[in-house]
Amino acid sequence: MTQSGSPISAADVAKVAHLARLDIDDAQVVHFTEQLAKVMGHFGDIDALDLSGVEPMTQPYPLVNVMREDVEMPTLNTDEVLASAPATEERRFRVPPIVGTEG
Amino acid sequence: MATIPTTASEIAAAVASGALTAREVLEAHLARIQEREADIHAFNLVTADAARAQADAIDADIAAGRPVGPLAGVPIAIKDNMCTHGIETTCSSKILEGWKPPYDATVVTRLRAAGAVMVGKTNLDEFAMGSSTENSAFGATRNPLDTSRVPGGSSGGSAAAVAAGFSPVSLGSDTGGSIRQPAALCGVVGVKPTYGLVSRYGLVAYASSLDQIGPFATTVADAALITEVIAGHDVMDSTSIPQDAPSLVGAVSQGVTGMRIGRVVDLPGGAEPEVSARLDAAFEALAAAGATIVDVTLPSLGYALTAYYLIAPAEASSNLARFDGVRYGLRVNAVDTNAMYGATRAAGFGDEVKRRIMLGTYALSAGYYDAYYGKALKVRRLIAQDFDKAYESVDTILMPTSPLVAFKFGEKADDPMSMYLCDIYTIPTNLAGHPAMSVPFGTGAHGLPVGIQVLAPALGEAAMFRVGGALEAAAGGAQ
Repeated sequence: MTQSGSPISAADVAKVAHLARLDIDDAQVVHFTEQLAKVMGHFGDIDALDLSGVEPMTQPYPLVNVMREDVEMPTLNTDEVLASAPATEERRFRVPPIVGTEG
Repeated sequence: MATIPTTASEIAAAVASGALTAREVLEAHLARIQEREADIHAFNLVTADAARAQADAIDADIAAGRPVGPLAGVPIAIKDNMCTHGIETTCSSKILEGWKPPYDATVVTRLRAAGAVMVGKTNLDEFAMGSSTENSAFGATRNPLDTSRVPGGSSGGSAAAVAAGFSPVSLGSDTGGSIRQPAALCGVVGVKPTYGLVSRYGLVAYASSLDQIGPFATTVADAALITEVIAGHDVMDSTSIPQDAPSLVGAVSQGVTGMRIGRVVDLPGGAEPEVSARLDAAFEALAAAGATIVDVTLPSLGYALTAYYLIAPAEASSNLARFDGVRYGLRVNAVDTNAMYGATRAAGFGDEVKRRIMLGTYALSAGYYDAYYGKALKVRRLIAQDFDKAYESVDTILMPTSPLVAFKFGEKADDPMSMYLCDIYTIPTNLAGHPAMSVPFGTGAHGLPVGIQVLAPALGEAAMFRVGGALEAAAGGAQ
């Protein structure tokens, strides 16, 4: 299994930047790789722990299936919401083309 | 003009009785802002006109004999990551610059109903990511006690606003120490309540399993008063604990006779000697006040930093995916949506936000999930179990809030790891979901304030405020 203290490479950084939809140039890849490697070097400390049999903890106060009565409630004002959008058309959010532009 | 009291409770009493008007209280605070804000930069926005209208409405209620709330006429500053209807909310990020939310955060609604008057939106590290407020896209906040130093972060603007007398109380948010650490560095009281005690509806999410809203104040009693007003169940937040707000103000003056206070024998090192000396003095003061000091062990505490800096960025990478240039905020136009997302987010986010998004994306990505995020969640469990065990023998635990007093600008800005280490004593509480507060307790290096942190088990706010009140009383006597 990968150890938590494994070094992060420039290729890793370029890949996660793409996954996270963050355009970064080559100089930034070098810069961020250096900084993230230093941070992740610290993370190796937890490899020393025996975590077998320990249940993961995703939240401090587990509430399950929080429901309410199925009744109408006020929602946000559509005009007000659309007024904050960068571009709208026919009372909808307008975006650039989604498909067909990648070669 | 009559003298304006310094605490929220005194101001509310004076306004409710007619001894002062909400308007004259407000004008006195706006005058202080006018005088020093250019040097401090606590605010992203001062909402003077809206505040005047609100203060006048409260004065009209009082003149007409209508009932007013427990915070009538109390000026309050709100961290700029809490939504205010029609009032710009930026998270100190270019990606949200100019955005006016279509709704109020629940805490904002509750404060207004209680009669508090919002004076402005305070500066923060972008999206609450940082420990110095240097990561704001709109410029750093300066520490009112020494403007060559940082106020701490991420709620640095809210801490500075209270320390500078711009408002007697303010709200911050605390994901890994973002209320307590700036409170310590600015010499004020700061409280992170139990996870789920205060609604997060309208708080722009950073790390949803860790974020919690809480107050800054100049006194422990004021912090308890604000907590009472903002706490309690909210149907709009599915993680809100289904309980009414607790009564807390009474606990502040109850004393600590018979209480058991934990001293952590295996506390991770790194605190400045002056900070450690103040912690020793705090134990002595509480023992003198009738508490029993009990040694406890928290063996997993040293691993909290790693767990936090995997969990928080992982949650952030998911939460911040919503800033994509489609529904609000910045858009950089491009040929297709994918290119638009990448260009918008590159232009809109600062470096620390980018680092955390990438770190979180990495920790969650295929092949690394088990090694990073999965492991971090198990370490989180160990830390919570350590606390549970310790609280079998003590009511509260004492440790430093910050290992260091306020540092100089630029000292840590280029070294993320040294900045992250500022949170070493505050992070464990967020991982466990417990309450903790920072109380000013004397000074350390350069005569700068030291904060002592009081930790308590989940929903142990009353015990926490008892100890906080006793520390405040002892600090007042010692100085």
